Amino acid sequence: MQGGFLHRFANPGRFLRLSRWLFPVLCVTSCFFLAIGLIWAVLFSPADWQQGDAVRIMYLHVPMAVLASAGYAALALCGVLSLVWKHPLADLAAVEIGPIGAVVTALCLITGALWGKPMWGAWWVWDARLTSVLVLFFLYLGHIALIQAFDDPQRGYRAAAVLAIAGVIDLPIIKFSVNWWNTLHQPDSITLTHAPTMPSSMLLPLSLCMIGFSTGFAALVTGRVKAAILETRAQQMLTRRARPLSDAA
Amino acid sequence: MIHNLHTHWPYIAASYGFALLAILWLSVQLALRLRRATTQLALLERHDARKRPGS
Repeated sequence: MQGGFLHRFANPGRFLRLSRWLFPVLCVTSCFFLAIGLIWAVLFSPADWQQGDAVRIMYLHVPMAVLASAGYAALALCGVLSLVWKHPLADLAAVEIGPIGAVVTALCLITGALWGKPMWGAWWVWDARLTSVLVLFFLYLGHIALIQAFDDPQRGYRAAAVLAIAGVIDLPIIKFSVNWWNTLHQPDSITLTHAPTMPSSMLLPLSLCMIGFSTGFAALVTGRVKAAILETRAQQMLTRRARPLSDAA
Repeated sequence: MIHNLHTHWPYIAASYGFALLAILWLSVQLALRLRRATTQLALLERHDARKRPGS
């Protein structure tokens, strides 16, 4: 029942039909929210009483941090769908999520370093939160490398899926590192159980940036999976065309 | 509004610069890839349709 439900959305033709309207909707939504959110963040949001204007880096850093973890969770989900249900689109999606996740995690680390230098006086400290995010970046790189490491793509997909599932252990470590260890990185300002510790003048632009970057991430993944399906179809047509020639030879 | 921007502006500018560059790079890469794949598939389908008997 569950497998059937998942396979209904795994049909490449159905995905192409879905992406025909979903992809432009995600692109427009992302551009709209990012334009408003980033202009508000840079020009109109208040400076922090302690951090000054460096707080404006938060409007990039926080969405990148959230998307780095969410992207990896999606990668692990694709791994499960691929290994358990042989979901036809799961491997394609995993291949396309990996590089975007790696770029997002790199941006999280870079913006964090650019915030850390004026605030902590150091680009980098071996803090539990920073180190666990660096491990996440290496997991993404390992996933990309594993996919390309085998001549048989199926073996690469399988190995990468196992790595993606095993690497999920890093996600709770990232999330709770600021509670489990005495870290330089501050605890979360927004949690599900407590009221946010920042004023609405900062929370609103941050929410807009969050929506903008999330829909942008989804648009990139949708577009790349669509491109991958089209490339696979073209490759299949070329192979079919070359077969009669090789049979005749 | 912006207050002590002069003290932190290089860090803020670098953060936003890196982020916008990465978004631009990923978007252009995707647009080119989509255009290449669509064109190639359309060419192959047109070629196949022409070769099919009765068409």
